[in-house]
Amino acid sequence: MTTTTLPAYDDVVARYEPVIGLETHVELGTNTKMFCGCPTDFGGEPNTRVCPVCLGLPGSLPVANKAAIEATIRIGLALNCSIASWCRFARKNYFYPDMPKNFQISQYDEPLCVDGYLDVEVGGELVRIGIERVHLEEDTGKTLHVGGATGRIHGATESLVDYNRAGIPLVEIVTKPVPGTGALAPEVARAYVTELRDVIRSLGVSDVRMEEGSLRCDVNTSLNRPGQQWGTRTETKNVNSLRSVERAVRSEMLRQASVLDAGGRITQETRHFHEDTGDTTPGRSKETATDYRYFPEPDLVPLAPDAAWVAELKAALPELPRLYRRRLQLQWGLSDADMQSVLNAGAVELIEATVAAGATPAAARKWWLGELSRRANETGVELADVGATPHQVAELQGLVDAGKLNDKLARTVLEGVVAGEGSPTEIMTNKGLEVVSDTGALTAAVDEAIAANPDIAEKIRSGKVAAAGALVGAVMKTTRGQADAKTVRELILSRLA
Amino acid sequence: MQQDSQKGALMAAISREEVAHLARLSRLAVTEEELDTFAGQLDTILQAVAQVGEVAAADIPPTSHSVPLTNVLREDVVVPGLTPAEALSGAPDAEEQRFRVPRILDEDVAS
Repeated sequence: MTTTTLPAYDDVVARYEPVIGLETHVELGTNTKMFCGCPTDFGGEPNTRVCPVCLGLPGSLPVANKAAIEATIRIGLALNCSIASWCRFARKNYFYPDMPKNFQISQYDEPLCVDGYLDVEVGGELVRIGIERVHLEEDTGKTLHVGGATGRIHGATESLVDYNRAGIPLVEIVTKPVPGTGALAPEVARAYVTELRDVIRSLGVSDVRMEEGSLRCDVNTSLNRPGQQWGTRTETKNVNSLRSVERAVRSEMLRQASVLDAGGRITQETRHFHEDTGDTTPGRSKETATDYRYFPEPDLVPLAPDAAWVAELKAALPELPRLYRRRLQLQWGLSDADMQSVLNAGAVELIEATVAAGATPAAARKWWLGELSRRANETGVELADVGATPHQVAELQGLVDAGKLNDKLARTVLEGVVAGEGSPTEIMTNKGLEVVSDTGALTAAVDEAIAANPDIAEKIRSGKVAAAGALVGAVMKTTRGQADAKTVRELILSRLA
Repeated sequence: MQQDSQKGALMAAISREEVAHLARLSRLAVTEEELDTFAGQLDTILQAVAQVGEVAAADIPPTSHSVPLTNVLREDVVVPGLTPAEALSGAPDAEEQRFRVPRILDEDVAS
């Protein structure tokens, strides 16, 4: 890389206007591949999910997967697209062993869905991102480069190919160019991919996990001087997390500004994002390489989704994430900031389910954002995988509401739940953690504490009520925390009144 | 290209440069002499095919498929495929249950 010092970001956005565009690939969660009946499950031994069709053996014929077509139409509808009444698949010819046929079946000038939009929220503002097209294609196999530095193509002498992934249905979603976002461009890019992920997840058509590669993102960036025409764009690949989407745009804006400042020109090229350094390095230059010689796939007949089918799919769309979040925020009576912290914690569905299981929104939020979030952070797992279910949290809160657990005991019980020791009620009973509600036993403990601390008792008698805290502490100690502090305090004050 | 061919035999349907470009894309090693030969032969073929364009009237829509069918779809049901041994049986070379091929440089994956 160059050793040129990059300009300051604020300075860059004061002098240049960015235009971004995003190309997202989503692996569909169908049972079988796009054009054959091979299973799609993740992580099998190499070449165990292959057949003559996805290996491109002579004489084999592809047949399109109805579920994949349906999923793509649903994605298009959720993104406010028009659905083509007639379209075709096309062959994209290229020379690389990740597709054994020497071409990929894709769509070219006749995508299944066109001209939609997705609204995303950035800093409380709504930004409408235009969707150019949504089309369907097949995923490629995985190549492993050997003979040189492992996994790197440079220096490698051989490639080993596993075709398990080849032929898995892949939906490509391309935005229109997005101008006018200025300094917010990196955040807008991230917000778009986040929202798109949530929309697709709500449709239940993909698990959209960036770390597992079922959602992959390429980011286009260009800069221009205010009032001038758009600059030459670069396409950054290998952007594998939401955070990286933001970093990639930002880093590319800084790099391009430093090139332009020095009087240089931006080359239209593919660049690779590096997670460790947060910068991009050049890949293939587009000017020399792209000639895919697309032509209509002769082995597949055209696709003509009839209006009734599309209408039926549209009617069955679920509530989309932005509306869903807005509805819950209103139901729970949360401020924008509070809702944002719920979203950041990934707790929306968990809280919703906990409320459905009987807890109040406030109590559900307290447990998921407090104790359980802390625990998830410590152990480095997603909140949903922390070990407690919404039902268990609601049950725990029920025990608190019934006066059987105080806050401290409830936290001890929750630890047991997370450790897989059983339901809150079982843990409470088995470990004898229930609040001491027997007033006789409590009164005895209170009297004992008063007798052991005559000077404190005297203070309270003379009106220094604040001193009661020390006695409450003593009682909590003898009851091993299994008393309700408020009850204990009332009891002490009444004995010393 | 189609337009060119309609202008008749004077204009070549495919140029020597286009043939060289296609050969490179197809990773075919073609000599200078072969380029002359193939450019001529391909041109003859394309001119012959272009005659179809002369009879195609404006009211005949272009078509990519010979059968008037749409929506041939399959249900999303798993069908047993090949074992790894069967899959690799036709491969020139294999390693770690994977197809082994010479490395390809300066190319990118499709999607």
